[in-house]
Amino acid sequence: MTGLGVRDLVVLYRDDDGSVATAVDHLDLDVATGEVVALLGPSGSGKSSLLRAVAGLEPAASGRIGWDGVDLAGVPTHRRGFGLMFQDGQLFGHRDVAGNVAFGLQMQRMPARERATRVSELLGLVGLGGFEHRAISTLSGGERQRVALARSLAPGPRLLLLDEPLSALDRALRERLADDVRAALLATGTTALFVTHDHDEAFAVADRIAVMDAGRLLQVDAPALLWQAPATRRVAEFLGYEAFAPVDAPVAAVLGSGLAVPVGTVAGRSWSDGTSDAVLAVGPGSLETAADGPLAGEVRSAGFRRGVIELGVVVEGLGAVTVVERSAGRTGAADLPRAGTTVRLRPVVGGVARIG
Amino acid sequence: MVLWALAAGLPLAFLGLFFVLPVVGLVGRGFVTDGSLDLSGFAEVMSRPRTWRILELTVGQATVGTAIAVLLGIPGAHLLYRTRFRGQALLRALVAVPFVLPTIVVGVAFRSVLSGHGPLAFLGWDGTFAGVVAALVFFNYTVVVRTVGAFWTGLDPRGEQAARALGASPARAFWSVTLPALVPAIASAASIVFLFCATAFGVVLVLGGVGYGTVETEIWVQTTQFLDLRAASVLSVVQLVVVTASLWVAGRARRRREQALSRVPESRPVLALRGPDARGGDRLAVAVTAAVVVLLLGLPMVTLLLRSLRTRDGWGLGNYRALGVRGFGLGASGWEAAATSLRVAVDATLIAVVVAGLVALVASRRPRSRGLRRAVGTMDAVMMLPLGVSAVTVGFGILVTLNHPFGLAVDLRTSPMLLPIAQAVVAVPLVVRTVLPVLRAIDSRLHEAAAVLGASPARVLRHVDWPVAARSLGLAVGLAFAVSLGEFGATSFLVRPSAPTLPVLIYRLIGRPGADNLGTAMAASVLLAALTAVVMALAERLRGDTGGDV
Repeated sequence: MTGLGVRDLVVLYRDDDGSVATAVDHLDLDVATGEVVALLGPSGSGKSSLLRAVAGLEPAASGRIGWDGVDLAGVPTHRRGFGLMFQDGQLFGHRDVAGNVAFGLQMQRMPARERATRVSELLGLVGLGGFEHRAISTLSGGERQRVALARSLAPGPRLLLLDEPLSALDRALRERLADDVRAALLATGTTALFVTHDHDEAFAVADRIAVMDAGRLLQVDAPALLWQAPATRRVAEFLGYEAFAPVDAPVAAVLGSGLAVPVGTVAGRSWSDGTSDAVLAVGPGSLETAADGPLAGEVRSAGFRRGVIELGVVVEGLGAVTVVERSAGRTGAADLPRAGTTVRLRPVVGGVARIG
Repeated sequence: MVLWALAAGLPLAFLGLFFVLPVVGLVGRGFVTDGSLDLSGFAEVMSRPRTWRILELTVGQATVGTAIAVLLGIPGAHLLYRTRFRGQALLRALVAVPFVLPTIVVGVAFRSVLSGHGPLAFLGWDGTFAGVVAALVFFNYTVVVRTVGAFWTGLDPRGEQAARALGASPARAFWSVTLPALVPAIASAASIVFLFCATAFGVVLVLGGVGYGTVETEIWVQTTQFLDLRAASVLSVVQLVVVTASLWVAGRARRRREQALSRVPESRPVLALRGPDARGGDRLAVAVTAAVVVLLLGLPMVTLLLRSLRTRDGWGLGNYRALGVRGFGLGASGWEAAATSLRVAVDATLIAVVVAGLVALVASRRPRSRGLRRAVGTMDAVMMLPLGVSAVTVGFGILVTLNHPFGLAVDLRTSPMLLPIAQAVVAVPLVVRTVLPVLRAIDSRLHEAAAVLGASPARVLRHVDWPVAARSLGLAVGLAFAVSLGEFGATSFLVRPSAPTLPVLIYRLIGRPGADNLGTAMAASVLLAALTAVVMALAERLRGDTGGDV
């Protein structure tokens, strides 16, 4: 077994008032060397506690955390060789940019000249070449996180833990930086565990996504598989799926054409068609309007969102679904379908997911 | 773990030996007769009318002094921390001076204003309650301005703006929104000021007339003049009760302040007294603060300086020349006393900074176990005790108990280190209060960030805590040095008669008849004030922009 192995881990969370809650509840997780795994879950699901336990900052109540099969119990944080990037950077205000990036190298007692080379190499990697002597206080939020990324990559950690590293940034910057983080992790071949509550971020960064809720893992899969075949309704809901229909319901026959692989297997997973407890999941982007669409729905609301139109539609036999379409020349509220009108809809191929 | 135990143990041992042991020993003497507990002394001393008069004066003086300091300090805090104008930094520095001035200097300065030919002699305040209170306000004005001001700077101005938008006049918005929000800071400042006023020693000794006294001076009088140790012990206990109560109030207020503190980016409008932006409140604040700075702060210092230059033969440096003369019965010349003061202060500062640094280091940790966390909190509280116990008690206690301590055949009283140690005991709480908030303000995740980058706990201390704490260390060193230079209560017991420190020499000089002696005392006071100012100025230069409170 190479890489990180977490077995039956329990982490307790002690509040200041002395009450104890279970943050991580008998959890198993593997991260193979070179792999980037995103830990996706709502706030309070125990993601950060898991991360901190792996880093050695939080004690494990029971269970095992190992690396390449070697138990890490009793190994203090600074000897684990793991990096950790915080949500708000936690840069050292009394050091300049280079001083921050060099910190881990200094701890490894790397000679000053090598250190300087490595620092500028990393600053180049995160797009901050020439920033060596800038004071931390002069940096923008995005620049700070880039420095924090360079700092945690500098010592060449065998595993990099990222704790919601982009959450404090605004949306546009977050999307751009997510791609940059992925590029930097690939360029350095870094094994990483990336905690986030944002799906877009998880899908942009990770090779595999682990969905976590209430201290347990609900599903661990590649992004595409997770999207097309959520393990449970809870996972599907968390991913944004809104309406669900049993496979033997009348509407399912129509929706089936939206499945990525209509019948049979998805990426090695076999489905026996006709399982009674299987469910199809529909969300934003699963349906599109079409004059001859097989489904009918009543428009409840309509509005512009980031260059597209979002319609709130109640579909017969299915329930409320968000339908997204291109604004296509429509310029104002007057051009939008009115509430109460009926629209015809058809499934988008690959837009419908199957649970179970 | 062993190192942490050492870091906690050393200050505790220091405090145990040089503070708890002497104080308990002294207090014990008042209640133990022939080896058995005897509380009759308590009843006897408490039934004396003199005791009650002293208590009344102490509480009255502290209450009135605190009230005036708060009333004057709030406009000052507004002006210095809530507006912007040219020369503000200079004014802030000026206002900060009184707090570090030696009490004896302040006493002499106020006497130069209020007595004899002084500019305010017509008030007839010399040797009265009013004179003492004026001097106490002089000292503590800074404390109110800084404590309330620092809090006010971080107060979200949008609360007041919302009230204004809802139709409240500026005055109404201040009364109903801002002032209530400031209450924790005001309460915190007031309880500290009350504490300082109630335990004032040098000022009261110099300014209080015949028959005037506080618990603190009474302890001194009972000990040195009436040789009534029992009365002194009883009074020490009484003072301990008063002081513990006000420390408890201060602690509560401080916790509330820390809870209430939601920092916002500073937004300080430029001060405008004319034109459309002018505010009535600002004008009032300027008027009050100008009066305080000129009359209360400026006048005594300027008068002291002028009087020190005034000799029997007119203006000149005669009084300063007299500092070179070893007067009969004084034990040392002014310069020799200054040299003694500096020597002692260097030792005291070294001890105080090491002890207080260790305390702050340990107290700033947040151990995972609740038991340890509580132990750390207790240690923090215990180290504040010297702030609450009269320096006179400490000095006298050391004098009487360290004679053959634990039955050992050593008499620590003859050790030349005793004086610096006693002064360090007095300085430790203030130094802790300077360094601790800075260390506590370091985000624990910064430690974690360093640890995941491969820093061992020792290297985390070296590379994260130290660079931040070092910025406040300059101020801590300055403060310890200033406290030691001006310390009079404990020093008056422990100093060797042949080698007085400067404050002791000044006290001896003003106790003697003759204008020449008074003139020399003025010159010596100016010298002491100048030494203190130089030390603090150097310390300010070493200091970053993050300071502690008080």
